[in-house]
Amino acid sequence: MDKKGKKTKIVKEIKVDTKKCVGCKACEIACSAFHAVPKYSSVNTARSRIMVIMDEVRDIFVPIRAGDYAQAECNGRNRYVVDGKEYDACTFCPASCPSRDAFKEPDSGLPLKCDMCESVPPLEKPMCVDACTFGALTYEEREEEVKAEEEVKRGEMEMAFEQLVKKHGKKRLMETFARLSRD
Amino acid sequence: MRYAETGFQLEVDLSKGSIDKVETDPRDTALYLGGNGMDAKLLYERVPPEIDPWSPDNLLIFGNGLLNGTCVPGANRVSVNTIAPVNGFFGHSLMGGFFGAEMKMAGYDRIVIRGEAPDLVYLAIHDDKVEIREARHLAGKGMADTQRMIQEELNDKRAWVAAIGPAGEHRVIMASIDCGNSSAARTPGPVMGAKRLKAIAVRGTKDVNIAHPAEAWEMCSRLRKELDANPNVGDWMATDEDDSFHHNNFSWGNARVRRKNFWSPELEERWRNLKYDHMNRWTGCWNCPKACHNLIQWPNRRRFSYKCYGKDTYHMASFQELDFTFEILPVAQDLGLDSYSTPQVIAFALELLEAGILTEKDFPGMPSDIRQRFYYLLHKIAFREGIGDVLAHGVSGAAAIIGKGAEKFDHNTVKKFEQLPIKLGKLNPAYFLMIATGEDMAITQIEGSFPQDPITDPELKEEFIKKWVAVPDKKFVEWFRQWVKRDQLPDEAMVEICDWNECMHYLDDSLGLCGFVSSFRGQFGGTTGYHVWNMPQIITHVTGIEFDKDRLWECFQRNRTLIRALNNRRGLRRSMERPPEDHWAVRNEEYEQQLLTKYYDFKGWTFDGIPTKETLEKLSLGYVAEDLIQRGILTGNEVTALNDARAKKQKG
Repeated sequence: MDKKGKKTKIVKEIKVDTKKCVGCKACEIACSAFHAVPKYSSVNTARSRIMVIMDEVRDIFVPIRAGDYAQAECNGRNRYVVDGKEYDACTFCPASCPSRDAFKEPDSGLPLKCDMCESVPPLEKPMCVDACTFGALTYEEREEEVKAEEEVKRGEMEMAFEQLVKKHGKKRLMETFARLSRD
Repeated sequence: MRYAETGFQLEVDLSKGSIDKVETDPRDTALYLGGNGMDAKLLYERVPPEIDPWSPDNLLIFGNGLLNGTCVPGANRVSVNTIAPVNGFFGHSLMGGFFGAEMKMAGYDRIVIRGEAPDLVYLAIHDDKVEIREARHLAGKGMADTQRMIQEELNDKRAWVAAIGPAGEHRVIMASIDCGNSSAARTPGPVMGAKRLKAIAVRGTKDVNIAHPAEAWEMCSRLRKELDANPNVGDWMATDEDDSFHHNNFSWGNARVRRKNFWSPELEERWRNLKYDHMNRWTGCWNCPKACHNLIQWPNRRRFSYKCYGKDTYHMASFQELDFTFEILPVAQDLGLDSYSTPQVIAFALELLEAGILTEKDFPGMPSDIRQRFYYLLHKIAFREGIGDVLAHGVSGAAAIIGKGAEKFDHNTVKKFEQLPIKLGKLNPAYFLMIATGEDMAITQIEGSFPQDPITDPELKEEFIKKWVAVPDKKFVEWFRQWVKRDQLPDEAMVEICDWNECMHYLDDSLGLCGFVSSFRGQFGGTTGYHVWNMPQIITHVTGIEFDKDRLWECFQRNRTLIRALNNRRGLRRSMERPPEDHWAVRNEEYEQQLLTKYYDFKGWTFDGIPTKETLEKLSLGYVAEDLIQRGILTGNEVTALNDARAKKQKG
């Protein structure tokens, strides 16, 4: 609630300056370590929810954060040319989708999504930003009014179930859940 | 569970076509750490001295540093070791970048290559899926094209590819193995070519485990910020455009001409513009807060990166300017030639032509322009055509083949290995020891912890000492305090300075730490990132193996001694431990030999420079002592150097 009594929320933003990225992968390392269980017990950049798309010969260094899971490949793709440099299709896309290997748990194949390192107590800034000593990633928070119809924020488990429903269908998920509950 | 390491090595025999994932003994980790230490042990056990370096039975090992792939910042160096064809000794090369971490996440602490493929192949590793694949279509390709084509074939843009270029395929002594912005130059490239292994592609998706997660992370986060803020670590040459040091003090051409007043403010401004007008960005290595590579796009060339002294070697060998290095480097990199030794070999060849030892007939069709001559010879060497077939042996090898007095022009090598082109006045005893005895061949792989020069201002000196936490023992502080002239310190100080410098490099190379945040960076400013006081705690937190300073120091001694014994077994003796005769203008043979004896004695070696039975046994290298005795290299009754009758004669 702000002073006028309007409902507000904090919008968290990570700003990416691709010109400053040196490709050191510190963001990937920090992300995978933070999300390891127990925390910091392993490093595995394949589990990271941020990835630097890197091609030195073409001077391409793009840190990209995992967004929503997409069930199907796009039926058309964008190939961007920025400042005379041509980027491959999908370079700026955050989706975990069937067209590429990115943002999938290596063991289960389940989609990964950036959660801005939510934790209790909250971090000052997400781990990837903290690890980026080159200023390629910077963190900003701003307050935004909540629209009346906007739904209540969902928990991590709810989000995970939703992804599982998308991937396997409600029926299979319920059957599996029921079977596991019996074990 | 194993921490920091995976506990497995990948063993590939290219003759048999066999691939094995072999579990390793965790007790070895506590003794040898990883990297060059573990590689040396394998080479000692599996490549007896009868094996020729070119033989399929020689091994090529990509040995991950123990801390690679973990949260430790600046830990990413892979020791690439083999028996080097250039001189038959332990070949040591380091590669930073991303290959090591990826290899670890694929589940391997090291890749051990044996045998020789019937035709050009590459190795594709994706976790447990490992394939030897046909690579004939990649023949003649440079690293950048090879990486791109293999990534496309494997449909994996995240795979890292370490590859040789045409020079490696043709077994050129100066061939390098390149991966992204990194390069394992000097010694392993031609062995990879001899095995007909064009490349290794690696992709990993497994966890690298950390023993004490919270403590390790806290310590590493703090270190990352310290390294970032520390101006004494990283590569100054990436940002400081005043490069008067190399240009005024190092020798140009075939290590011949010193141009003491070469540098000027006007030149610096011109070169600064030349660089930044063509530079895209700095690039870094895995998990390091320093970005030491400059990414350059030069007209009509593929984009390339370089670091450190690689910026200077081509134009200094040819008496040109920076623009020549920028235009030739991407070409040389695509040919897979090392930028450290290759320009020296070319300058040597052109000197022989000038001296009439080689003639125009040896260089058919060579242009008269010096720049075009360098391109001409680069290609001749990489593809071993005509005179290039001779020069492909390196300066020493080529001089021996050419004869007719060419040996006199081979004036800058130690144990047949090209050195930095430095020619100075007065003998520097610590440097004499490092250059004479260093198993890592190049001075940059040996020097680095103790300052190169004394500080004369008493206030500045004390200020330096106050911040000097890296110093392993108070005696170094006392020596530094009394130090006034570069060449004047007690002999025991010179010996121990050499020992400490070596120690840090050996630890870095077995742990995977980059010298630019550790062993090489103590000598300027004193506040390097890693030292024997913080290393043990980091290793303990990451690996779960308890370490303290003494135990870690012993690991250095063990690895150093093992590599020495490996070389002794292949014929290394005292008589070979000589810096180039013209390295210093003023020499004193008698004093140098006395100093060498003191160094051997300090190390627990014999007068001939071989570790004694007692020294070996003290370092858990009893199996080495036994082997040396069996081979008649030791009797087992030797004493250390100063107790030898010959040493007493030296004094007399």
